[in-house]
Amino acid sequence: MSIFGFKISPSSAINLDKIDRSRFDKLCSIEPDAFRCMACGSCSATCPAAEFSGMSVRKVLHCLQRGKEEEAFRMMSNCMLCGKCTMVCPRGINTRHLILSICRIYDKEEKK
Amino acid sequence: MKEIVVIIGGGIAGLEAATQLLKLGHSPIIVEKSERLGGHVADWNRLFPDLTPAKDIVEELIASSKDANIFLKTEISFINRLKDSYNVMLSNGISISTRYILYTTGFKLFDAQKKEEYGYGIYNQVITNADLEQWFNTGKDKRISGKEISKIGFVHCVGSRDEKARNSQCSKVCCITAIKQAIEMKEKFPDAEIYCFYMDLRLFGKKFEDFYIKAQRDYGIHFIRGRVSEVSENIDGRVIVKAEDTLAGKPLKVTLDLLVLMSGMVCNPESTKAASMLSLPIDSDGFLQSCDNVFHITSSPRKGVYYAGACTGPKTVPETLAEARSAVLEIHSDITNQKK
Repeated sequence: MSIFGFKISPSSAINLDKIDRSRFDKLCSIEPDAFRCMACGSCSATCPAAEFSGMSVRKVLHCLQRGKEEEAFRMMSNCMLCGKCTMVCPRGINTRHLILSICRIYDKEEKK
Repeated sequence: MKEIVVIIGGGIAGLEAATQLLKLGHSPIIVEKSERLGGHVADWNRLFPDLTPAKDIVEELIASSKDANIFLKTEISFINRLKDSYNVMLSNGISISTRYILYTTGFKLFDAQKKEEYGYGIYNQVITNADLEQWFNTGKDKRISGKEISKIGFVHCVGSRDEKARNSQCSKVCCITAIKQAIEMKEKFPDAEIYCFYMDLRLFGKKFEDFYIKAQRDYGIHFIRGRVSEVSENIDGRVIVKAEDTLAGKPLKVTLDLLVLMSGMVCNPESTKAASMLSLPIDSDGFLQSCDNVFHITSSPRKGVYYAGACTGPKTVPETLAEARSAVLEIHSDITNQKK
C-alpha cells in the first residue's frame, strides 16, 4: 500500500551480537595474514575493476569480518584476479591467494 | 658540602632522579604527598610491550634510592625565592634551603565519569583501565571475578584528543595499553570475544606494531575504527555499545559483558599548584611548560628549577626514566660548573 512511493529500506547496521563468524575464523586459520590488513586502501586504489564495479579487497575483508557476506560476494564477482593488489600491499598480503581462499571456503559452505 | 636537591613527587621519575643524584654524590630530598612511593606505576600490574611486572621496576627504584631523604604524606606549603636559592617549606614544618628543585609531579588519570555517555559510575559493567590493572593485581572486583565474561570491549581515547573534555592532547600510552590489556584479558578468558574501539591507533614505540599484529593474528582481537557514541544497559545488566564502523561506513551495535574505558593522562592540579608557587609557565594543555620542546625539555625558565617525567606531558615509562637521568645530568653539570 505505497500511495506515496516510499518504503522502508532494510537496515545497513552491523549487529555484532547476531553475526556468525565461523567461516571467517576458518578463513583466518588458512590465511592468517588476513588480520594483517591495516585498511590503508592501496589495493582498492590500484584495482582496475574498482572504478567500474566498486571492488575493493579491503572492503571485502571488512564485510566478511562484520557478517556482510552478500555484499562481499557482490564485490568479489568483479575481481579479474590480475594481482595488482598483491603487488602494492605494504603488508605483503597475498591478496590474490586470499581471494581464492575466500571463494573456496565460502563456496564449500554454500553447497552443503 | 653535598648539594641538596628537592624532588617534588615520589613517582618513578622522582625515584630515578634520586638514585642518579645519590650516585653522583649529591643529597636528594623526595617530597611525596601520598603515603607510598612509586606513583601511578605502583598501581599498574604489567608494562607494555614486554609485560614487565611493574612491581619489579618500582621495588628496584625504591631500593636504589633508599639513601635519599624521603618525606611521605608531605606537601609543599610554599616556596620562597631568595637571591640565588629557594626556601622550601613543607607541610610537616620542615624548611629546606636549596639551589635546585626538580618537579616530578606527574599526571592525573582523566576522570571517566566526565564522559557521561560511556556510563562509568552509572552502569555496573563499565570500568576503567586503572580498575582493570587493580583487578590484575588483587583479583578482587565483583564486576569481573565470578562473572561469566564472554564479550569485552575497550574504548580508546577516553578524555584524550577531546576538546570538549578540555584535553586536546593525545595521551600516547593508551593505544598500546589497550592492546596489552586486551591480550591479558584474552589469556584470562580464552573464549571471550574482544573488541577495541579506536579513532587512530598510534603505535609509535619499539615493538608496539608487532604487539598490535600479534593481538590480531594470535589472539583474534577485533579492532573497530570508530568512537563509541553511547553505552546503555540492558535488562540482564550487560551493556549495549553503539558506534560507527567508519571503515564500513555503517552503524554498529554490540552487547558486552564488560566495557573498559582507556582513561587518558591529564595535567595534575597538584603540579599546577606547585608551579604557581614559583610562577612557572603552564602550557596550553595544562601541563608545565618547558623552555622548549626539543632541546631543553627538562629546563624551566627559572634558574635551578627542572622538570622530569609526565609533569610536562604524557610520557611512557622509559621516556620518564630517561628524562629523570637527563635532568639530573643538567643539575650535576650546573653544580660542577659553579664550583670551578
